[in-house]
Amino acid sequence: MTGIVGYGTKIPRYRIKVEEIAKVWGADAPTYKRGLNLNEKSVPAPDEDCATLSVNATLNALKRAKIDPADIGAVYVGSESHPYAVKPTGTIVSEAIGACPYVHTADLEFACKAGTEGMFIALNLVKSGAVPYALAIGADTSQGAPGDALEYSAAAGAAAFIMGTDNLIAELKDTHCYMTDTPDFWRREYKHYPEHGGRFTGAPAYFKHVTGAVDAILGKTNMKPEDFKYVIFHQPNGKFPVLVAKKLGFTEQQYLPGLLSPTLGNTYSGSSPMGFAATLDIAKPGELILLISYGSGAGSDAFIFETTKKIDEVRDLAPMLRTQLDEHKIYIEYGTYAKFRKKILLPN
Amino acid sequence: MQVPRYWREIPKRYRLEAAQCKKCLNISFPEKFSCPECGSRDFKTIRLSGKGKISTHTIIRIAPEGFNDQVPYGMGIIEMDEGPRIMAQITDCDPEKLKTGDRMIYQFRRIREDGSTGVIMYAYKFVPDVGI
Amino acid sequence: MRKLAIIGIGLIKWGELWEKSMRQIAAEAVYKCLEDAGTDRIDAMTIGNMSGGLFNGQEHLSSLIPDHMGRKNIPAMRIESACASGGMAVRTACLEVASGFSDYAIAVGVEKMTDISGNEATYALATAADQDYEAFHGVTFPGLYAMMAKAHMDRYGTTREQLSSVVIKNHYNGSLNPNAQFPFKITSDQVLKSPMVSDPLRLLDCSPITDGAAAVLITTLEEAKKLKKQPVLISGIGHASDSIALSSRKDLLKLEAVELSTNKALEMAGKSIKDIDFAEVHDCFSIAEIMILEALGVVAPGDGGKASSDGLTGLNGGFPVNPSGGLKSKGHPVGATGVAQICEAVTQLRGEAGKRQLKNIRTGLTQNMGGSAGSSVVHILEVI
Repeated sequence: MTGIVGYGTKIPRYRIKVEEIAKVWGADAPTYKRGLNLNEKSVPAPDEDCATLSVNATLNALKRAKIDPADIGAVYVGSESHPYAVKPTGTIVSEAIGACPYVHTADLEFACKAGTEGMFIALNLVKSGAVPYALAIGADTSQGAPGDALEYSAAAGAAAFIMGTDNLIAELKDTHCYMTDTPDFWRREYKHYPEHGGRFTGAPAYFKHVTGAVDAILGKTNMKPEDFKYVIFHQPNGKFPVLVAKKLGFTEQQYLPGLLSPTLGNTYSGSSPMGFAATLDIAKPGELILLISYGSGAGSDAFIFETTKKIDEVRDLAPMLRTQLDEHKIYIEYGTYAKFRKKILLPN
Repeated sequence: MQVPRYWREIPKRYRLEAAQCKKCLNISFPEKFSCPECGSRDFKTIRLSGKGKISTHTIIRIAPEGFNDQVPYGMGIIEMDEGPRIMAQITDCDPEKLKTGDRMIYQFRRIREDGSTGVIMYAYKFVPDVGI
Repeated sequence: MRKLAIIGIGLIKWGELWEKSMRQIAAEAVYKCLEDAGTDRIDAMTIGNMSGGLFNGQEHLSSLIPDHMGRKNIPAMRIESACASGGMAVRTACLEVASGFSDYAIAVGVEKMTDISGNEATYALATAADQDYEAFHGVTFPGLYAMMAKAHMDRYGTTREQLSSVVIKNHYNGSLNPNAQFPFKITSDQVLKSPMVSDPLRLLDCSPITDGAAAVLITTLEEAKKLKKQPVLISGIGHASDSIALSSRKDLLKLEAVELSTNKALEMAGKSIKDIDFAEVHDCFSIAEIMILEALGVVAPGDGGKASSDGLTGLNGGFPVNPSGGLKSKGHPVGATGVAQICEAVTQLRGEAGKRQLKNIRTGLTQNMGGSAGSSVVHILEVI
């Protein structure tokens, strides 16, 4: 058996509302809110980045996993905002959590699905018996170009999953992937902000790959949408996951617990993993969960998990995602946001 | 920032590793060469829990080089539940609302960068312990 | 151990001395001192300087300064103890003479802080703190003292007004000192309107950045009696260190180094604090003077603030402190401060302090400390 031994998340405390951003660019806030089903998003403090969010999320995961961090044999950090272009985030995280020195690490990137990429690798590594525990993290402090549609959603957060073979709180049932070369969103080296293909990011990108992955995994396992208690889709905004859920035959009760983007924004590599963590926070034992990520470029990873009795024993050992999301928020205005996100030109 | 000097401090900065005297059980952070209480040189490495309370604090409004964009920021001496006191930044809060005795908890955070091309430095900071 | 006396003092006007270099101001102070002493004999030189390296890119002052004086071959050495470098240089010069190694030893303190930017100067000063466990995290010197101030206010109820009273008193004294960097009075309102640097300390609670130098010539009492100037005896010297980092100290409000160095000096002089008529102390920040007053034993712990606002430390008070104007008004060229304190004490004891002259004094105390009181050196001076 292979699955999740512990999970944890970290959301920065700062928030900015859609209205604040729209005000500065002279945009119509209600249109954005309706069109994207977004109200506000998380903002990382100047002293937070992909590495710090990863560490703090993992420390929460360790509280639930209750293992010696030195037994973690592999650490994978998926992000599109790694602090260094060359020098792994994984080494920083491994040192901070106490996994060094007998640990394999790699930094991953695949737009928003780098987190589930790590999960895919970690699960299979543990399944093969190569390591006793493997850690997968999806963490981002993504940037949206000022005034661009993506500025309303680009947010920050991290989810960490420790995979193992016993004391599981959720067992992995199956995985599948669907990937093609589709240039819907990218960022060139040395550039600060990404670019995207506008409406091209919809049907030929997000919807095609998510649908492809869902069809493939349901076909392989001979299952139907109604078999699942919960489903989590990648959530670049609050609209896409709702549309694709409806299209594929999933209900609101299934996707609502994992739908975070209306108040969190798009945490990119953290997006569907965090939705999954929020679902684990409320799932009862013996429930089937379908997790579908999406990363531009493009591809989707699909996972089927079933919760065990242990989920009830561990969820209170670390802060729940919705507690972090809904409570203790610090709202900031655009000036502070621009300063925090280093959008202001400073000397040297 | 001299890279070896930063790297040497990683166990303390990343994991709050302290030294407990095996003879009198006094905990030092950072470790001293010999125990400041009993003089013994026999130590055990322990990880502090990261929980403590504010002993005293201030708000830095004129910052040293490398910290200008964080102004104003809270700076305090946090007394760990295990005993040792640690000086660190206090973040994720309005520093004007901090009070002596406030419960704090450790968070791994970014301290500063060595310019736009140098290393990024990480270490402990403390945040108000609000349960998340 | 031979008896020690000061027979010459030399002080230049302090401030932003754009036209003068570090070697120039040091030489100037030395020559003024020799002129005052009525001799040009120097067997050894100690140089109090915190960081020629960081402020001026220049080390090896032990060669530079005698050379620039036009008198190479003088055995010299630089003594460093952050802001206590000057006091330590005096102590070392005393040792030279007391031990019999030299008969005439000159201590010159010098710091030239304005050749670099304010930011760079702040960095250089911060090297007096614990680099890895304090400065690394973004704390400044005002920040360290601000934390002590907050703790003092928490425990003893010390008020903002009491902090201001130190600044106002020192500036009043400084306005009567022709060598001071800022020889003007300051009002309570001005203190309160100055920008906050690190809560609760404002800009006017903090000593400035200054260029300056000072020198004192020390010899044996026997030699001193041969020269025409009235000798001032150094009857007590005390010196101690404490944890460099505030967080390592058991009691944040106990300046152990100051207490110990004071007690040792008093013991050597065969005196108690009640026998001391006045003091020049290290008021790098307003709160420092309050805490030092308590560490000296002049008042009980916690009463320093009230003593200051009640006037105990004024020129006409029961225990005048910093008649020169202190670091706040006369300036704080780091390595020179400790030496200048001796100059003021000697000037007062000789009766040459003009408008700021204290009455009926026979014994004075100087106290010079480094960083957040990680080191402290105390001298007791008296007229015979």
